[in-house]
Amino acid sequence: MHHDRADQMSEDEDDHRSPPSDLEFTSSEARNYSTVGSGSGSGSGVPESQAPYLDQVLDNVLDNVLQFLTSRQDRNAASLVCKSWYRVEAVTRSELFIGNCYAVSPARASARFTKVRSLVLKGKPRFADFNLLPQGWGAHFSPWVASMAKAYSCLEKVHLKRMSVTDVDLENLAKSLPGFKELVLVCCEGFGTKGLAAFVSLCRQLRVLDLIESEVADDEMDWISHFPEGESCLESLIFDCVECLINFQALERLVANSPSMKRLRLNRHVSIGQLFRLLKIRGPQLTHLGTGSFSLSDLVPQGDQEPELDYASAFTACKSLVCLSGFREIVPDYLPAIYPVCANLTSLNFSYANINTEQLRPIIRHCHNLQIFWVLDSICDEGLQAVAATCKELRELRVFPIDAREDSEGPVSEVGLQAISEGCPKLQSILYFCQRMTNAAVKAMSKNCPDLVVFRLCIMERHRPDHVTGDPMDEGFGAIVKNCKKLTRLAVSGLLTDKAFSYIGKYGKLVRTLSVAFAGNSDMGLKYVLEGCPRLQKLEIRDSPFGDVALLSGLHQYYNMRFLWMSSCRLTRQGCQRVAREMPHLVVELIGSNWEDMEMDDVAEKLSMYMYRSVEMPREDAPDFVTIM
Amino acid sequence: MEFEETELRLGLPGNGGGGGGGGEGEVVRKRGFSETVDLKLNLSSKDSGGGGVVDLDEKVKAVQKEKNLLPSAADPAKPPAKAQVVGWPPVRSFRKNIMATQKSMSDESDKGAAFVKVSMDGAPYLRKVDLRMYKTYQDLYDALGKMFSSFTIGNCGSQGMKDFMNESKLMDLLNGSDYVATYEDKDGDWMLVGDVPWEMFVESCKRLRIMKGTEAIGLAPRAMEKCKNRTN
Repeated sequence: MHHDRADQMSEDEDDHRSPPSDLEFTSSEARNYSTVGSGSGSGSGVPESQAPYLDQVLDNVLDNVLQFLTSRQDRNAASLVCKSWYRVEAVTRSELFIGNCYAVSPARASARFTKVRSLVLKGKPRFADFNLLPQGWGAHFSPWVASMAKAYSCLEKVHLKRMSVTDVDLENLAKSLPGFKELVLVCCEGFGTKGLAAFVSLCRQLRVLDLIESEVADDEMDWISHFPEGESCLESLIFDCVECLINFQALERLVANSPSMKRLRLNRHVSIGQLFRLLKIRGPQLTHLGTGSFSLSDLVPQGDQEPELDYASAFTACKSLVCLSGFREIVPDYLPAIYPVCANLTSLNFSYANINTEQLRPIIRHCHNLQIFWVLDSICDEGLQAVAATCKELRELRVFPIDAREDSEGPVSEVGLQAISEGCPKLQSILYFCQRMTNAAVKAMSKNCPDLVVFRLCIMERHRPDHVTGDPMDEGFGAIVKNCKKLTRLAVSGLLTDKAFSYIGKYGKLVRTLSVAFAGNSDMGLKYVLEGCPRLQKLEIRDSPFGDVALLSGLHQYYNMRFLWMSSCRLTRQGCQRVAREMPHLVVELIGSNWEDMEMDDVAEKLSMYMYRSVEMPREDAPDFVTIM
Repeated sequence: MEFEETELRLGLPGNGGGGGGGGEGEVVRKRGFSETVDLKLNLSSKDSGGGGVVDLDEKVKAVQKEKNLLPSAADPAKPPAKAQVVGWPPVRSFRKNIMATQKSMSDESDKGAAFVKVSMDGAPYLRKVDLRMYKTYQDLYDALGKMFSSFTIGNCGSQGMKDFMNESKLMDLLNGSDYVATYEDKDGDWMLVGDVPWEMFVESCKRLRIMKGTEAIGLAPRAMEKCKNRTN
């Protein structure tokens, strides 16, 4: 699964001592908020006349030493020691991570970091995934391509998340960097098969092309055929999100020509028969596989019988397989085909597979080594019990709703959560959609799973209390922040009062990411969090009664944060403007065209505010519906 | 036998879906199949949406998308549903759309095999359709027309299609007589599409074959007989 990469992109490494990673500052104001207490200036204590020579020696030594420093938090800290260290660090940083593409401009980034091999760039705020950000908001990759074309001749890897990428961008990227090796696009949009075709035909050294949950326009272009002929160095080809038909013969040829291929995730237009053919070619080498539709093809050559598919032995050759996903249009009868690989799997993604408890049981029984499991709630509480019974190594669980509506049935409940907490004590990360939950079960999880780092509970009906006691869910979430000492990411739901937030502020000292929706009673709720959580980086809030007073109580915090999103809360233009005035390095965006029509002190119930730190002037590519304060 | 009786055209049964009563040699021609299959070379392939499979899926997706965003219609059997809020529950649209499409497909298959293979004389590939996606014969004809017209224009680009694009073969199609849709029913008999009420057709149809009208002679009488038997 892409989770390993996606994790790197969403969960920053845990290092409390380091200053913000996405804001490479030069101003003194910025320095004031860094938590590293080192002094500035060159503290070498060497006589003036010899200083330049010794600086050079120091630089060389530093150069060699800093090569080994990989963590960006450590690098940020090192760059603050003195000018010399700053300079050398900048030249030796090969992986550049920019958590908000508007925090720093391409020009500034490339002026400081001159030898970058790998760029990670994130764009839109996460709530864009849920249609809360209108189309055309921004996060364009184009200016970055232009800048990189000039500055980074050795750039080999680009990872983008929630960026807007065009066909032209892809083409330019490939044209300007002939040695380019790795492209990963997560939740991106704006390009199509035309751009892909151009990209793959120009990148002759391509090792990795991972398209993950991105929207790819169907330009009716057979992009697979555009890979160069002959032997390929392709190691990873992930295109399960591409909804277009593909040329299977070309794909088969490509796979056959890629002896280094280890990761292959097919889209739903690849049938099970075609999958088996690919497994015959590459099965033994594959570590990551996305199965495609896992059902029969719609298109069958006239006159051919449907070939007899050898379900029993298709997967037997896949000795290296550890990560399995796909099953996009699963015919459950074919599931037994995967028995041979179950025992080796560490990661299994059934989140598009509509299977019930009985269909899951025989599979999960064999998956003793499973660490990551994504599944639909169609397996019900009993299915989760089966998981708990076998998967003792489970680290990450995600249970998605098959029917993602507020008033849907909800086949999983506190019963499943309780079972998982009892059976999987090593759990670190959970995302759980349900309709019925109790404080008791959440408390149980907080006690049984002390290693929890990520706790995201989504009770789908808004304002829903504990369905047994009728109480708000305050105590449950309170227990999570209190007992899970490693918790860095939290998403809350259900009926919640300000009390829940007081718990978060009191105990959630390591929380970096917090998602809030339809929760809280008053400004106090948000105040508790802003005042109590020193590590807070990303705060996204929707439809909660927090207003200007709360907003203004966080001024001390906002330069430490990557962003704050508040939509449909109780802010006014006035409040937002005040923040913008007091914090010159903060960009305060009001999203939605009605902000302009509003009176300054009208409460903006339907509109959104997105606020982020930046060393640049406010962006010039903002569309009409964005007002920058 | 009167000429009219053997003249085989594709059309809806008399009185828009009436039962076995329309079997006395009255073939009310509402819309011939050949008219829905636009085999002319100048059909814009863009209109057909680039391939029948994608077209259908997008149609379903579009419908399902609408369903997700609009407040759910009041179902008299259930209490009125809450208006759906944008972006809640927080499931990515990508995932929502996929699940919605899958759900409709699986619901249908629970009711019984509604997927049937469709072959067309001269086309190198079969297609598959889910009959439960359609409410009337007209819907089915429209979809088949789109499906096979895009075939003839050759969007797929594979070797088989290139052969098929051979001009002489195309001209045969264009010059040929009306096409007729026939189906194989549960008993293994080949029948003309359109004789029985739609629901009955969906239940009994096992596979579809679109053949040249000239080859379909001899089906009609049997079809009508069967019809009569069924209504008894």
